Amino acid sequence: MSEEKWTVNFVVYRKKGEGAPHYQTFTLEVSPEEYVIDGVERIWAFHDRSLVFAHACHHSTCGACGMRVNGVEKLTCITRIRDVTSNGGTLRIEPLRNFPVISDLVVDMSRLYVGMDKVHAPAVHPLSMAPLEGEGIKPPREVPMDDGKEYLRLADCIECGLCISACPVAGTAEEYLGPAVLAAAQLQGLGRAPDLTAVVDCVDGVWRCHSAYECTAVCPSSVDPGWRIMDLRRQVLAQRIRRWFGGA
Amino acid sequence: MSQYHAIVVGAGFTGVAIAHDLALRGFRVTVVERGPIANGTSGRTHGLLHSGARYAVNDQESAIECIQENQILRLIVPDAIEPNGGLFIAVDESDLEYREKFIQGCEECKIPIRELTPKEALRIEPNLNPKLLTAFTVPDGTFDPLRLALAFAATAKSNGAVFHLYTDVVDLLTDGQGNIKGVKVWNRAADKRFEIEGDIVVNATGAWVGQITSMAGIRVPIAPTPGVMVAYDKRLTQRAINRLNKPGDGDIVLPQRRMMVVGTTSFSIEDPDYVPVLPDHVALMIERGSELIPALRQTKERGAYMATRPLIGSGAPGRSISRTFKAYDHKETDNVEGLVTITGGKATTLRLMAEKTVDLVCKKLGVNVPCTTAETPLISYRKFYVD
Ligand SMILES: Cc1cc2nc3c(=O)[nH]c(=O)nc-3n(C[C@H](O)[C@H](O)[C@H](O)COP(=O)(O)OP(=O)(O)OC[C@H]3O[C@@H](n4cnc5c(N)ncnc54)[C@H](O)[C@@H]3O)c2cc1C
Ligand code: SF4
Ligand code: FES
Repeated sequence: MSEEKWTVNFVVYRKKGEGAPHYQTFTLEVSPEEYVIDGVERIWAFHDRSLVFAHACHHSTCGACGMRVNGVEKLTCITRIRDVTSNGGTLRIEPLRNFPVISDLVVDMSRLYVGMDKVHAPAVHPLSMAPLEGEGIKPPREVPMDDGKEYLRLADCIECGLCISACPVAGTAEEYLGPAVLAAAQLQGLGRAPDLTAVVDCVDGVWRCHSAYECTAVCPSSVDPGWRIMDLRRQVLAQRIRRWFGGA
Repeated sequence: MSQYHAIVVGAGFTGVAIAHDLALRGFRVTVVERGPIANGTSGRTHGLLHSGARYAVNDQESAIECIQENQILRLIVPDAIEPNGGLFIAVDESDLEYREKFIQGCEECKIPIRELTPKEALRIEPNLNPKLLTAFTVPDGTFDPLRLALAFAATAKSNGAVFHLYTDVVDLLTDGQGNIKGVKVWNRAADKRFEIEGDIVVNATGAWVGQITSMAGIRVPIAPTPGVMVAYDKRLTQRAINRLNKPGDGDIVLPQRRMMVVGTTSFSIEDPDYVPVLPDHVALMIERGSELIPALRQTKERGAYMATRPLIGSGAPGRSISRTFKAYDHKETDNVEGLVTITGGKATTLRLMAEKTVDLVCKKLGVNVPCTTAETPLISYRKFYVD
């Protein structure tokens, strides 16, 4: 990290209780290598203790710190200031869309959690459900563990809500399950979890999506919900065909 | 069943585990937290569900607590834990010299270990330093910090606990004789100030416990001691990788989702409210981490963060109920009734810390209900948000 210092104007969305929302500007000296959440936390620590914002892990595993940064959904703990503004520039920090605002930068994401519960999205699952394929990674040659059990790992989806905020459909259709939930259903597979078919094969399920792929563009955690929704449609159709031909 | 009302200040690991235990034992529980759940040290931990092996040589009391709690947490909160185990590996002669002590310590603490040949270790974890000299398997795990805390909070809530988030405790209520009767709070989300009365206030504010006790005129000498952790953008192992040696800087490399997290360091600061991420500490992490897993050098940094240990100075007043963490009844130490302070410990031992603290609270108030948290599975963390 360099010793370089930038001056950045954080233009922050503010809202308390029933009061009207407004924007407030805080000018901070930052290192361009710092992450956006570091700036937001410093505003709270040194400028304004009334600021309300969410965060926990600071390394993209908890999903708490999603915000819109200059109009784009970002996980602020892994978004470097250098990548979203310049020296003397502005960072417009707003809460996620398509969720009710609790205060300032915090939204109520129960819509997402209700959906994840509906499809019984596993928080921890076998490695084989979403393998860690990719360049340069050497998978262990011995996949089962010592006692014959498979490796388990925490799911990729960190339930950050960025995809729902970015989704053009989620804004107008409040009952739409949304990208993360449909992706969680796809991950389990309708073959393995046939009871999910009824949950996703409906107007507010897999057929609501307009294939805008905004979800995939903003997802910080390799879920690729856009692709998974399309695949889930294929699974739903395959199930229907099986039913027509008298399958289970 | 008691109808006592307990106010828990802080919703990090310590606070949520205490809230859960109190609720199970029939208390009316109110939790006051100035941020969201686990925004302090707890959210920003490394995420290692300790097997205890790290402490088996130098701190056996901690080691035994870790292995016991590790086994309990796997059962009661499986949806926050990757139970993949860990390895301790030796990469130089000084590591090898630690081998005997390590084997003996783990045996004394009943931590199951198994020695692997370098070839066997590289077979199950091909990205380890190929020059490794020996390796031991240990029952480590990785936990998801927010979801671990949320599972406790969700279960507490389902048993009646009330959570006030984004709500700062700004002062303590007293009875005029210096005894604590409750808290004055400021809900920053609604910008409302109000008072909450209770029979006991449990101060579980981690590195901030001294700020709360000072509201009662009590000094607890806290030395906030942060450490850095750095996350890298690729998962290079399935297990937690530890250096086979005395605990030191950057000697744990932990997989989590598709990342590796290297930690940690240790230094002193004055004010825990904002801890800078120091560039030289970040550089040290890649230095030390790549001695265990060389491929880290070719891996992009994904995040860097700090968390603060609340070390209590030796000048702290009175006796504490445990050596591995600090719990004070301020009636005993400072003649102030109605306030209990708890800090220290580890994420891995959160349930045990809560058990001992709530035992203390029950004894004070004459409540005779045993702890059942070790046998009670937690409900889904999502239930914290979904009523
Ligand atoms: C660098 C580092 C790495 C670690 N890694 C591990 C690990 O891998 N495994 C492990 O088992 N343990 C680990 N630990 C230990 C573990 O993280 C801590 O023991 C644990 O998080 C402490 O939790 P706590 O609830 O006591 O404190 P905190 O999580 O800090 O909670 C205190 C809470 O009090 C709140 N608060 C403060 N003031 C007020 C106020 N006035 N009003 C209302 N609320 C207030 C804060 O917002 C905060 O949420 C690590 C610790 C550090 C420092
Ligand atoms: S699918 Fe991606 S963007 Fe959506 S909640 Fe999960 S991690 Fe976040
Ligand atoms: S703070 Fe956890 S994902 Fe950013």
